[in-house]
Amino acid sequence: MKVLVAVKRVVDYNVKVRAKGDGTDVDLNNVKMAINPFCEIAVEEAVRLKEAGVATEVIAVSVGAKPCQEQIRTALALGADRGIHVEAEGRLEPLVIAKLLKGVVDKEEPQLVILGKQSIDGDNNQTGQMLGALANMPQGTFASEIKVEGDKLNVIREVDGGLQTLSLSLPAIVTTDLRLNEPRYASLPNIMKAKKKQLDVYTPEDLGVSVTSHVSQLKVEPPAERKAGIKVEDVAQLVDKLKNEAKVIS
Amino acid sequence: MSTLVIAEHDNSSLKPATLNAVAAAQAMGAEIAILVAGANCAAVGEQAAAVAGVSRVLVADNPAYEHQLAENVSLLIAEVAAGFDNIVAPATSNCKNTMPRVAALLDVSQISEILSVESADTFTRPIYAGNVIATVQSTDAKKVITVRATAFDAVAAEGGSATIEAVPAVHDSGLSTFISEEVAVSDRPELTAAPVVVSGGRGMQNGENFKLLEGIADKLGAAIGASRAAVDAGFVPNDMQVGQTGKIVAPDLYIAVGISGAIQHLAGMKDSKVIVAINKDEDAPIFQVADYGLVADLFEALPELEAKL
Ligand SMILES: Cc1cc2nc3c(=O)[nH]c(=O)nc-3n(C[C@H](O)[C@H](O)[C@H](O)COP(=O)(O)OP(=O)(O)OC[C@H]3O[C@@H](n4cnc5c(N)ncnc54)[C@H](O)[C@@H]3O)c2cc1C
Ligand SMILES: Cc1cc2nc3c(=O)[nH]c(=O)nc-3n(C[C@H](O)[C@H](O)[C@H](O)COP(=O)(O)OP(=O)(O)OC[C@H]3O[C@@H](n4cnc5c(N)ncnc54)[C@H](O)[C@@H]3O)c2cc1C
Repeated sequence: MKVLVAVKRVVDYNVKVRAKGDGTDVDLNNVKMAINPFCEIAVEEAVRLKEAGVATEVIAVSVGAKPCQEQIRTALALGADRGIHVEAEGRLEPLVIAKLLKGVVDKEEPQLVILGKQSIDGDNNQTGQMLGALANMPQGTFASEIKVEGDKLNVIREVDGGLQTLSLSLPAIVTTDLRLNEPRYASLPNIMKAKKKQLDVYTPEDLGVSVTSHVSQLKVEPPAERKAGIKVEDVAQLVDKLKNEAKVIS
Repeated sequence: MSTLVIAEHDNSSLKPATLNAVAAAQAMGAEIAILVAGANCAAVGEQAAAVAGVSRVLVADNPAYEHQLAENVSLLIAEVAAGFDNIVAPATSNCKNTMPRVAALLDVSQISEILSVESADTFTRPIYAGNVIATVQSTDAKKVITVRATAFDAVAAEGGSATIEAVPAVHDSGLSTFISEEVAVSDRPELTAAPVVVSGGRGMQNGENFKLLEGIADKLGAAIGASRAAVDAGFVPNDMQVGQTGKIVAPDLYIAVGISGAIQHLAGMKDSKVIVAINKDEDAPIFQVADYGLVADLFEALPELEAKL
C-alpha cells in the first residue's frame, strides 16, 4: 500500500510571531522555519505503517516555494522513501493546496493520504477535508489511532465529546491529532541518506490546476493585549479580590 | 441575502454553540435559516425554531445523518446551500470536520473561525495561535464560514417562531461507517459554555490529584479543563484540553493551576474575562496574562481555596 504524506513548511512553534508595525503582514524575517508539528506526526505514522509491513512506499509532498524542499528532506530523513515538491509561489489557500494534492493523488494513486489536522500558522484546519471531497474519499480527521484492517481503515478520532471510532473504505484520508504518536528524531546518517533520495518537482500547470485566490488578506494586527494584573499575598486575599473587586464569585 | 446556519446537536438537544453562530449570521445582516441534519431529531428542529431571529428551520431527518458523518452531511449541506448566500457553522469538532468538504464541493474557500464580521464579505480571524489577527476579504459569491463561538454573544434560545420544513434529500456515500463512541458523561457544565473553568496542568502530577480541582469546581459551578501536557501524560481525557489545538474557552473566570502558560495554551483561554493563576514559579509566563496571580504550592493552596469559597 502506497502512503502519501503532506508536509507544510511553517514557522517553528516556539517562535512568537508578530504583526509588522504597518499591518501589511506578519514579520517573518530571520525566523526559524520547521515542518508543521502535525505533519511531523503524519510522517511518523506513515513510516510506522511501513515498518509494520502495511505500507510499501511512503511519499512526502509539499506545496510552496523552493525552500519547502528542506521540509521534504526532513520527511525523507524521518523515513519517507521519496519526495514531491509542487512549486508554487505566494500565499496558497487550502482549496488550492487541496486541488494540487488531488493532482498528485491522481498521479500516484495512494491508498492512504495522511495530513496534519491544522497548520500552526494559518490555523485553517481545512486541507485534508477538502482533499477528501475533491478525491471522493472518506476521512478520519483529528485521528489519535489508526489501524488498517483488510480493505478498511479503523480510525479513532478526538471529538468535542470524547472519542469516536469510524471504519473507512480505502483509499482514505487521515488528519493527525497530537496523540497519534510521538515522532522520532532524524539520525545524522539518515539525514545524509535523505539528501540522495528522489525528489520530483511539479508545477501547478503539470497538475492542471490554476492557482487563483478567493480570499485576500487586507491587514494583520496584534490581538488586544492583556495586561498582567497583580500578585496576591495569599488565598484569603485572592478570594476577597474575586468577590469584591472582580465580582466573579459570590 | 440569506444565511444558512448549521445546527450543532446530539439528535435530542440543540447545542449552545449554535446560538453564537446565529449571532454571527445576524451580524451579516441576512435572513436566517437553520439546518438540522440528524436522525430522530425532530425535537432539535423545534428548539431551533424557537431561537430568536430565525425565520426558517430545515430538518433533514435520516439514519444517514445520525452520527454526523462528514461524507454524508457535506453532500446534504452542499445541496441545501444552493438556496443561500452564506453557510455559517460553529467551529465545533463536527463542523470543522464537515464544512471544508462542503466548501470544496461548492468550489469556494472556507473562512475558518471568524472573530468578527466587518462587512458582508470581510471578516477577522486569528492566525498563528491568536498572536496575529488577520482581516480577510472573500471574493466567493457563496461564503462558507465557521465561527469562533467565544467571539459572539449567543442570541436568545427562546422567543423565535420559525417555520419548520422537512428536507427529504438522502445522501449516503457508503464510504464511512460509525462504529462506536466514548462520550465523557459529567454533571458539570460543558467546557466551552461554562461561566467558570478550573484547569490543571502538568503541575497536578497525576489524575488522582485532579480531585483537588473538583471540590473547587463544585463550589463554583465550574467545568474542569487541562493543558496538553496533562492530557498527554494521561492525567485526564483529551476532551478536556484547552488551547490552540484543543478547546477555545472564554469564561467569566478561568483558574489555571500548575500550568506554565505556553502560547498554545494561552491561545485557548486568554479571552477569559478574569484569569487567576496558581503556580509555584513566580516567573511562569501565565502570570503575564493573569489578573490575579498566586505564587504558591498548589497542594497547599487548593485545599485552602476550597475551604474559603
Ligand atoms: C500571515 C499569513 C497570511 C496569509 N494570507 C493569506 C491570504 O491573504 N490569502 C490566502 O489565500 N492565503 C493566505 N495565507 C495562507 C493561508 O493562511 C494558509 O497558510 C494556507 O491557506 C494553508 O492553510 P493551512 O496551512 O492553515 O491549512 P490547514 O488546513 O490548517 O493544513 C492542514 C494540513 O494540510 C497540509 N498542507 C497544508 N498546506 C500544505 C502545503 N503547502 N504543502 C503540503 N501540505 C500542506 C498539511 O498536512 C497540514 O498539516 C496566509 C498565511 C499566512 C501565514
Ligand atoms: C503543535 C502544538 C500544539 C499545542 N497545543 C496545545 C494546546 O492546545 N493546549 C495546551 O495546553 N498546550 C498545547 N501545546 C503544548 C504547549 O506547548 C505546552 O507544552 C503545554 O501547554 C505545557 O503544559 P503545562 O503548562 O501543564 O506544563 P508545564 O509547562 O510543564 O508547566 C507546569 C507548571 O506547573 C508548575 N508547577 C509544578 N508543580 C507545582 C506545584 N506543586 N504547585 C504550583 N505549581 C506547580 C510549574 O511551575 C510549571 O509552570 C501544543 C504544542 C504544540 C507543539
